[in-house]
Amino acid sequence: MGKEKQIEKKFRKKKKYSVDTIDEGKKKDIVSESYLQTVFRRFKRHKLALISLVIVVILGLAALFAPIIAPYDPNEMAGPFSGAPGKGFLLGTDQIGRDVFSRLLYAMRISLLVGIMATLISTVIGVILGLIAGYFGGVADMLIMRFTDMVMSFPYILLVLVAAAIFKPGLWSIILILGFVDWPGIARLVRGNVLNLRETNFIKGNLVAGMPLRHILFSEILPNTVAPILVYATSVLALSMLDEAALSFLGMGVQPPTASLGNMLNGAESLTVLTKQPWLWVPPGVVIVVLVMAINFIGDALRDALDPNSKG
Amino acid sequence: MSKYILKRILIAIPVLIGITIIDYAIMCLAGSPLEMLKGPRVSEAAVEAKKIALGLDKPFYIQYFVWLGQLLHGNLGYSVKSYQPVSEMIKSHLGPTLLLMGVSLIVSLIMAVPAGIYSAIHQYSKGDYTVVTLSFLGSSIPGFFLSLLLIYLFTIKLGWLPSSGMTTLGTDGGFLDVVKHMIMPVLVLATSMAGSNIRYIRSAVLEILQQDYLRTARAKGIGRFKVIYKHALRNALVPIVTVIGMEIPMLFGGAVIIEQVFSWPGLGLMTMSAIISRDYPVIMGVCLLSAIVVLIANLITDILYALVDPTITFE
Repeated sequence: MGKEKQIEKKFRKKKKYSVDTIDEGKKKDIVSESYLQTVFRRFKRHKLALISLVIVVILGLAALFAPIIAPYDPNEMAGPFSGAPGKGFLLGTDQIGRDVFSRLLYAMRISLLVGIMATLISTVIGVILGLIAGYFGGVADMLIMRFTDMVMSFPYILLVLVAAAIFKPGLWSIILILGFVDWPGIARLVRGNVLNLRETNFIKGNLVAGMPLRHILFSEILPNTVAPILVYATSVLALSMLDEAALSFLGMGVQPPTASLGNMLNGAESLTVLTKQPWLWVPPGVVIVVLVMAINFIGDALRDALDPNSKG
Repeated sequence: MSKYILKRILIAIPVLIGITIIDYAIMCLAGSPLEMLKGPRVSEAAVEAKKIALGLDKPFYIQYFVWLGQLLHGNLGYSVKSYQPVSEMIKSHLGPTLLLMGVSLIVSLIMAVPAGIYSAIHQYSKGDYTVVTLSFLGSSIPGFFLSLLLIYLFTIKLGWLPSSGMTTLGTDGGFLDVVKHMIMPVLVLATSMAGSNIRYIRSAVLEILQQDYLRTARAKGIGRFKVIYKHALRNALVPIVTVIGMEIPMLFGGAVIIEQVFSWPGLGLMTMSAIISRDYPVIMGVCLLSAIVVLIANLITDILYALVDPTITFE
């Protein structure tokens, strides 16, 4: 009997010891940390993503303040035709004497605008359709998901190209086209999450409490599925910037004289530009690769940082 | 099993019908073919006669069924530009595209499968970081920009590879000549696909490596090599099947742009010129064909998936 008590005492002591000195210290840290702090701490572990974030912020600011930074008007003749990079013209001039550096800044502006707006539109459509399909189920779910299947069956680029051929190409039509074609992935993602959430006790509790539908959908379900939507949206952003570039490169996207990263590369289809004037096509290409890659890295780190099952 | 396959096929039918409706709706949205006829030398009466001849005076849904009926007979309509039957045009351009797509798919798998498995086995090592970073580069570089870089390097600077067409003009080609023309477009298509596939295969293999049966295999002490190559890889087949299924629509899309850059005489080049000249019957024919191919590819993927993984049942 005595022995048992002793063991119990020892055990308790040990437990107390561990709670007091090791776990407690750690626990305090975690408790005092807000959700956003946790996410940021985890995000910081990805060095490439951190560098990417800095790059995206710098390029984003450069694009935002293009009118202040750009040394010349992007659409006006400023120097010699096809001048090599040098004094006065950081990246040289194009075939009709426009400053490539200024055009690059404005092109980033347009490409980021297209990417962000298209992502916003497709996310809103996808979230709404996914919420309806997942929450209400039944006929609505069947109709929406089959429609999603149909849209996904058409090769994406082909659908975009056909739409671009039907509607007059231009900045806003390209934003709308990309926005209206990109949503199926998000719709499927949201639907899957909503299906899982609907079975949780807190949603059932809301139902029993007789909360209005609007509250359940937008104040309970949506906030709990924001993290995966955010991660998915970064990849949509990267993809729509690539698509804008491809479309504008083919001459079906943003129309000149407005500069976009894609249509700046358009000139490289001519052999002289490709061989003798690399300053006309290499910089916009590199900017696309850097921007898209940085966005992808950020998305990947966010996936890890926002994952509730991730350790640390 | 057969019940699952049957159900999967039954679900594909309404999707297929929906695809034809969307296809037809886009064609109607694009404008009436009569507009192409209108001109100063064409009288109103002639346009009216043509309208009746084409059945355009009938209501929308009847036109759709007429079109669908023609479709079932293999008649996709006639090109507005060249007056050739669309099905003939597709047939003659299909070969080069299938060749390009098939080889690219194989090359991308040869790049992605070993890289993804290596990366998963050596998780968080330097090699893993390199592979993952490269895979991000692969999926972030626009195909046309990579094409331009390759053309600059291999055609202009080194003069090793031809930059356009499928065979050298004036010759009848031959196997080696076609291979030479294919290297760059295949490389571009395979790179962009391998980029996302490496990460997909990596995470799938990582998941498999954490399974209980692999812990058991390790605990048996059969050795690392056997654990990975005998037990893990067999199960990694499932995600690889999915990857192939996912790639089909990507390939179709990627081919349009890459064929344009390299003047590859395939479906993509044909579609692009049809888009530029607004040759809607051709565009719609290609859209319909590719949508059906994608649908069938998805169907086969799902069925293969169920064959490889017996735990999957239809919900």
